Amino acid sequence: MAPSSADIPASFVINGSRHALTIPPWMTLLDLLREHLHLTGSKKGCDHGQCGACTVLVDGIRLNSCLILAVSRDGADITTIEGLERDGDLHPLQTAFVEHDAFQCGYCTPGQICSAAGLLSERHAHNRAEIRENMSGNLCRCGAYTNIADAIEDVMAQDAAAREAAE
Amino acid sequence: MSLTENIHIGRPTNRVDGRLKVTGQAKYAAEYPAADLLHGAIVGSTIAAGRITALNVEPARQVPGVVEVFTHENRGKAAWLDRSWRDEVAPPGHPFRPLHSDRILFDGQPIALVVADSYEAARDAASLVSAEYEVREHCTELERKRSEAYVPPEKRSGIPPPPDPRGDPEKAFEDAPIKISRDYRVNAEHHNPMEMFGTTCVYEGNDKLTIYDKTQGSQNAQGYVTSVFGLKSKNVRLINHYVGGAFGSALRPQHQLFFAVMASLELKRSVRVSLTRSQMFHIGYRPDNYQTVSLAADREGRLRSIMHDAVASTSHYEDYQEAVVNWSGMMYHCDNVKLSYRLAKLHTPTPCDMRAPGAAIGVTALECALDELSYEVGIDPLEIRRLNFASKDENTDKQFTSKALHACYREGAAAFGWDKRKSVPRSMQDGHDLIGWGVSTGMWDAFLQKAEATAKLSADGKLEVSTAASDIGTGTWTILTQIGADAFGLPLEDVTARIGDSTLPTSPVEGGSWTAASNGSAVQAACEAAKETLFKHAKKMANSPLADSEFEDVAVSGGCIFRIDDPGKRLAISEIMHAADLEEIEEEGKVGPDLLQMMKYISYTHSAVFAEVRVDEELGIVRVTRIVCAAAAGRILNPKTARSQILGGVVMGIGMALHEEAMTDHRLGKIMNHNLAEYHIPAHADIENIEVIFVDEHDEKVSPLGVKGLGEIGIVGTASAVANAIFHATGKRVRDFPITIDKLLAA
Amino acid sequence: MNRFDYVRPDNVSDAIRALATGSSKVLAGGTNLVDLMKYDVERPGRIVDINRLPLKEITPTAEGGLRIGALVSNTDLAWNDDIRRQYPLLASAILAGASPQLRNAATTGGNLLQRTRCYYFYDPSTACNKRDPGTGCSAIGGVNRIHAILGASPDCIAVHPSDMCVALAALNASVDVEGPDGKRSIPFSDFHRLPGSEPQRDNTMSSGELITAVVLPPSDFGANYTYLKIRDRLSYAFALVSVAVGLTLKADAIDEARVALGGVAHKPWRDTAAEELLRGQRPDTQLFLKFADQVLTPAHGQGENNFKIELARRAMVRALHQAFAGTPQDQSVKSVQ
Repeated sequence: MAPSSADIPASFVINGSRHALTIPPWMTLLDLLREHLHLTGSKKGCDHGQCGACTVLVDGIRLNSCLILAVSRDGADITTIEGLERDGDLHPLQTAFVEHDAFQCGYCTPGQICSAAGLLSERHAHNRAEIRENMSGNLCRCGAYTNIADAIEDVMAQDAAAREAAE
Repeated sequence: MSLTENIHIGRPTNRVDGRLKVTGQAKYAAEYPAADLLHGAIVGSTIAAGRITALNVEPARQVPGVVEVFTHENRGKAAWLDRSWRDEVAPPGHPFRPLHSDRILFDGQPIALVVADSYEAARDAASLVSAEYEVREHCTELERKRSEAYVPPEKRSGIPPPPDPRGDPEKAFEDAPIKISRDYRVNAEHHNPMEMFGTTCVYEGNDKLTIYDKTQGSQNAQGYVTSVFGLKSKNVRLINHYVGGAFGSALRPQHQLFFAVMASLELKRSVRVSLTRSQMFHIGYRPDNYQTVSLAADREGRLRSIMHDAVASTSHYEDYQEAVVNWSGMMYHCDNVKLSYRLAKLHTPTPCDMRAPGAAIGVTALECALDELSYEVGIDPLEIRRLNFASKDENTDKQFTSKALHACYREGAAAFGWDKRKSVPRSMQDGHDLIGWGVSTGMWDAFLQKAEATAKLSADGKLEVSTAASDIGTGTWTILTQIGADAFGLPLEDVTARIGDSTLPTSPVEGGSWTAASNGSAVQAACEAAKETLFKHAKKMANSPLADSEFEDVAVSGGCIFRIDDPGKRLAISEIMHAADLEEIEEEGKVGPDLLQMMKYISYTHSAVFAEVRVDEELGIVRVTRIVCAAAAGRILNPKTARSQILGGVVMGIGMALHEEAMTDHRLGKIMNHNLAEYHIPAHADIENIEVIFVDEHDEKVSPLGVKGLGEIGIVGTASAVANAIFHATGKRVRDFPITIDKLLAA
Repeated sequence: MNRFDYVRPDNVSDAIRALATGSSKVLAGGTNLVDLMKYDVERPGRIVDINRLPLKEITPTAEGGLRIGALVSNTDLAWNDDIRRQYPLLASAILAGASPQLRNAATTGGNLLQRTRCYYFYDPSTACNKRDPGTGCSAIGGVNRIHAILGASPDCIAVHPSDMCVALAALNASVDVEGPDGKRSIPFSDFHRLPGSEPQRDNTMSSGELITAVVLPPSDFGANYTYLKIRDRLSYAFALVSVAVGLTLKADAIDEARVALGGVAHKPWRDTAAEELLRGQRPDTQLFLKFADQVLTPAHGQGENNFKIELARRAMVRALHQAFAGTPQDQSVKSVQ
């Protein structure tokens, strides 16, 4: 793609790496990630904020990256599914999703996991009903919902146990 | 050779592609990079019928970055003859040819492709293409075309037409003491897989292409491309390693494949084209339908007459067909049966197989009607099903290879607690909630299709199994790995499955729940052949401890081949290969239906679905609080992924029961809720408890592996179980699916 | 999505200057604007990104209420301690809407300015007076099961989709706006408008004005409030009908009642005359029905949405019971007490 005069400088820290870019203002964060940085783990399931497949963490908060003009988040720290692993170890949610078979086709999965990571850090969901309600922004057409809820409950219990042990 | 103990088959094994999927590394069709990639955006028609009289593409051409705008006036060259456009699973008719002419046959029909050097430019420019039309009268309303419905003159391959009537169903109906006749409708549904349709066509030079496409059949899509564009087969490779759901929508090649390839060949560049979510409402769908089911019984509830008529929508260019009513002739024993199925043409795209095509709507109607009959007779809805158990397929007079449906009823009912059900509707209440329990039977074909595979054993003992199957979330990667691992007694890590590539051994499209049985059996056959070759080499070795052994006497495990009765007599695979001066052994395996057996036997998967709903009657709110699905599906290769298949079918069945429908403005011929905000599929909050039971079922005839398949059975019977539970809760019978708040308030 | 100029002012006066250009649009959370731009419903010539304006605080007012900066996110608002203590009705309504991801991005000002979800408004291939004034209303006689039963006009039957605004209407909030002609405060009931013959105008802001804050007067319904939302699936769907109720009680009687309806009109719907019926009365179903009937006296359906009249009636009665009993609807619990 040829640079255009409308392009605007914007920089991001994405999965720990700094990116100084010049991008057109009509580029969404999702398209920036997928088409330009080849971080295709964030998925495009509707492109309108209606499915949650594009969920990423922006400054630690879960957002639909398809509805964000990238330039409007200049300076943000972004974590995508590709950045959840630590030192080659899967994030506990990633492990739990595999163990509970919390996906089938895998397309909504990165969004589900990033959303669940956001849910855990928000700490507003404390039981199964609250997990279900607070994960409802992530559609799964394969119907893995019960397994996804199992996986999240599992990690929530691990977190609680770890906190208890620390106290 | 006797099978060694199965370590992997039958065990709840994590997906071998799980890590790739949870880390975002699994690549889907629109995610492959290519040098100088161009992006295409499709423009759809804004009328449902007529002709394009003028196209204005100039504003689009002015957008910086736009390379070309294709319309029917400058479309790239493609085959002229209809038959060149027919894919493996095309129904009879004239396949849709994008940009073929100025004719418009449905709203949203592609009228232009804008190609630009960025996705953003293509999208912007596409919004600037406008057309003028000569508008013709259209009809998208099935009810208006019901009287013109016809029996399709040419049958769709693989879809049995309704059988001839048996007995005297009209008279039996007339004479029976208890009878009902009811009309049902399941509104048109859209597959809406989470991944939007996309194709990345990598131009390798000299009309050589590597295509990444969202498809359920790499070879079907590859064949379409070579046929439509007149390309040599060896020059076109089509890859679909990961498919973000499909549910039937990717059985046939969709528009974006045509467009990406056409633009790529014309511009000699790599091109990516994706459909938008709205545009996915302009490809195939589960047909709209009206059904009438008439049932008559004696006073004990034995069925005396079954009549089932269905009219379903199709397009103006193809006669899409599915088996809607046939189930009513074989799910229950009845001597007097009449089944009829007709089509009506609408200005819509051709419908497309959607999870359990035919059964999902036909069984829903039958199972609701049977529920209604049970109340008329005054017996338990589960009892009426048991009472009318069919011990053979009365449509074809063939024996079932197995049918553990009684076990489904028994184990499902026990898990659900059915015996605590109060029989009278509206008899269970908790606060504002009326509670209802409903049951339904489910049934789906167990197919074995022709499939081929190879197994390649290398000197280091590692195994690679290959077949051009697809994994659309079904677990194919995993089960093929398990089968290979057990054949050679290997850990899963030492086995690599290769699928999702048109260059691999021949495979049918991934659909119909036949992949595990067909491709799985082909892989097993290939492994057996490779083992036999290994054994021959072992036997030939100097001083071979297996010299006197027969193939039946030995097994392979732990990198060695050995006598089962004397495991000390063994040879390492590496030794054998070294002695034979081989680096690898590769053999083929093939399976196909046993035509002789098929003259006498027929195979189906069965299920019993139990549903609990809570209905806030005053507000019309329905919650499905519990589902138990007990399935008899032969051998279960991987209980973990198998369970997920059922869960998925059940969730989609809940969507059919309560949420899903295309809402069409028939004045405009337009679907209005063409997005995921307004076409409601179940969300997390809608799904509570689902229990899956696999009952024991041994079936050596259905497929060499004893597998029946699980992709569809979960949806069949779920919507009817939910509807029946709603009736039990409220005493209200809604026969028009989905059962939304407005309908419950009106009932 | 079209190409546009992009500016990112640092202060309110610069933003107002930037908005003076005719086809400018304000970008805050973007959850509605970017969505509409992708459907080519909105094609702004200039985007004024106001995310750097200092409008992110929730501060107490001299009157004992709260002033909510226009850029406070829906999530931050819903989980703010002062809001949860003093205005749990607002928190509940916010949490009934959209999804956590959308609420994390969506702002207070943006929520007020979100546009209708009418299918036809969203589809530029159809006629729509709100999108393209003068082209007609396709929803009349079309697919209209989600459309208005109150306050519609022959030119538009769209409904306002917000949940938050329904609560704000019940809370007698006001909206602070600033424009080229200075600052003003608009009572919430006057902020959104009925479609009349100008359905393209969702609200009474003048062009070039910017929302800077939403101000809540002091309020204390205790536990006698609820936000009850009824929709086609149990989450992540717009309301068919929603009801916000706040009651103050004296002895066993209602002292003040505020009831706002969502999903039924071009604006959050309140009928203060009907609310007077409840004052001083001892609550029971008959009283609530009488109230609901009065609210719905002017209601009329468009065909597919006729059911919403009866649904709204029943929902009002149920919500009033919930509020009176002090058992507000929990948005994670899907059974309705």
